[in-house]
Amino acid sequence: MNIATIYNVFIRDFRKQKKRIMLTLIALSWGTISIMVMLAFGEGLQRQLMINRNGLGEGIGILWGGQTSIPFEGLGKGRPIRFTSEDVDYIQKQIPEIGRISGEFHRWDAAVKHEDNVVNEHVTGIDPDFEQMRNHIPKRGGRMINQFDLDARRRVAFLGDETKKNLFGEEDAVGKRIFIDGVPFTVVGVMIHKLQMSSYSGEDANQIAIPLTTFESIYGYRYLGNIVYQARDLSDMPAIERKLYETMGAKYRFDPKDDRALSIWDYVESARELYNLLFGVKIFLGVIGGLTLIIAGVGVANIMYVSIKERTREIGIKMAVGARRSYILAQFLIEALIITFGGGFGGMTVSYILTEGFQRLPIESDVLEFMGRPTLSPEIGIAVVTILGIVGILAGLFPAMRAARISPVESLRYE
Amino acid sequence: MAQNIIYMKQLRKSYTTGAVTFDALKGIDMRVERGEFIAVVGPSGSGKSTLMNIMGCLDIPSSGVYKLEDRLVNSLSSNELADIRNKKVGFVFQAFNLLPYATAFENIEVPLLFARVTSKKRRTRVTELLAQVGLADKANNKPTEMSGGEMQRVAIARALANEPDIILADEPTGNLDSVSGGAIVAIFRELWQSGKTVIIITHDKSIADQAQRIIRLKDGVIETDGHPVESRLRRLDSSTGVELQ
Repeated sequence: MNIATIYNVFIRDFRKQKKRIMLTLIALSWGTISIMVMLAFGEGLQRQLMINRNGLGEGIGILWGGQTSIPFEGLGKGRPIRFTSEDVDYIQKQIPEIGRISGEFHRWDAAVKHEDNVVNEHVTGIDPDFEQMRNHIPKRGGRMINQFDLDARRRVAFLGDETKKNLFGEEDAVGKRIFIDGVPFTVVGVMIHKLQMSSYSGEDANQIAIPLTTFESIYGYRYLGNIVYQARDLSDMPAIERKLYETMGAKYRFDPKDDRALSIWDYVESARELYNLLFGVKIFLGVIGGLTLIIAGVGVANIMYVSIKERTREIGIKMAVGARRSYILAQFLIEALIITFGGGFGGMTVSYILTEGFQRLPIESDVLEFMGRPTLSPEIGIAVVTILGIVGILAGLFPAMRAARISPVESLRYE
Repeated sequence: MAQNIIYMKQLRKSYTTGAVTFDALKGIDMRVERGEFIAVVGPSGSGKSTLMNIMGCLDIPSSGVYKLEDRLVNSLSSNELADIRNKKVGFVFQAFNLLPYATAFENIEVPLLFARVTSKKRRTRVTELLAQVGLADKANNKPTEMSGGEMQRVAIARALANEPDIILADEPTGNLDSVSGGAIVAIFRELWQSGKTVIIITHDKSIADQAQRIIRLKDGVIETDGHPVESRLRRLDSSTGVELQ
């Protein structure tokens, strides 16, 4: 069939049925908007949660000493396993898959003073790698704790942004002096605000980090609270976990199969779990949106069906003056596809405007910090176009096939 | 000898509704020569419209032979039948069968669209046809804005769009008053005089009398077939039993 012929007749018929087509377009646009906006909210939530989650660190693992639960080489169970700062170097040497590693001391409720301001804060003693791993990013003008600080046991402190606010208010803190449990420290950096969704010892915003060696010399702690490490390659995380049991088991003489001798939080694994959960949420939202779109599709099919019924006589007239069956089929199929994609395009445009508008709304809210803002991704576009295509073809094909099968005599008799 | 444009041999058509089979045509033998003007008459249910639909390739026979210009219609594909309806045969219906939302111009244009005539040629041809049927000033009127006679003239113009050889009309004046009906018949006569083959189903004796030949159907068979006067006499003969000279 000549495309120009189909186009000519089609455009003419289309113009004559504006109202019906407009209503169908609105239904489809609505379906498209609902699936796109829902998926955009899902996407925004997922992205935001993953960002918030990275507040703790990306691709890291946290290692605590535990208590043996299996007797081993003549040693009884219930023996505590605790790590010192030498273990950090030892692990690094033994397990090459680990890219960065840091011990971490904790001092809870240390009295921190700046001029007349005294607050009780959580002080941690750390290696330079720690701040890289845990996204302690300094504000402009400040810096992280570095190796020189450790080597010289400098009394320097890196403040969480909340702690800085409590001590200094709006005043600049870098270069100023504070007292931690009576010992003077110089502030070298203040952390930029970060969203942190998970933690193992309180939020970083409320902490003060000082060099590990300085911490040891001031407080005289022997045992680390925990060790934080980061794999060179995320896929090495399970191997690192196994090797930690083996090397530490050999050093501290516990059974490498003794789960309770060590406690490891594989943040990569739990990130994967969260990702999967959020993916599930997205699928759920997508299914709801998809169902709405399918209902709109049923609407199109219904309208096409009624339209073909109403136009049975018209089909008969066209066949009587020379329309081939393929033309009738093409006309209704194209009509369904144009309505579907027209509605889909309208819906996509509105969804785009809505999500872009939402992105630009000048709202500062904790809810938005947590929920994120709706975001359209190319995948959403592809998914919606695919669904629309299927809906359009199905909604148009069956009524169109029916229309093309009717004999001209029967169609002409139809009242 | 004139060329047969239509040839039918033992043509039958039956319809089945549930368990009931109805024989609409029970073995029609007929020939139509190019350029004839034929009226098909007969009581309701005699099979006139069925015969007309088959002649116009709107329907296909159940059995028998139907040749249109020496092509065996029974064996044609649906696309070939569509092309015949588009180019070879022009159909005029009692109920006009115009597209209700389209103007006179657009209605006449439809067969030209299917024949893939270019836009410019379409415009020229439709304008010409509108003038031919005396509706040059009604080009933009929709069917609802026209009288019955005008609608039928649009339908005739549409039937003529691709210059078919055969014009088939199924009671074209059935829905019209006598004045409009007379004008429509005059158009058919002109068409016949211009060389077209015209076949009209009618109940109107005065129209039938203007034809060259009258085919009278009854119960799905041809009862009489001949010149108007001859045909009437034959009928008289069959009802009275008096033999004609």
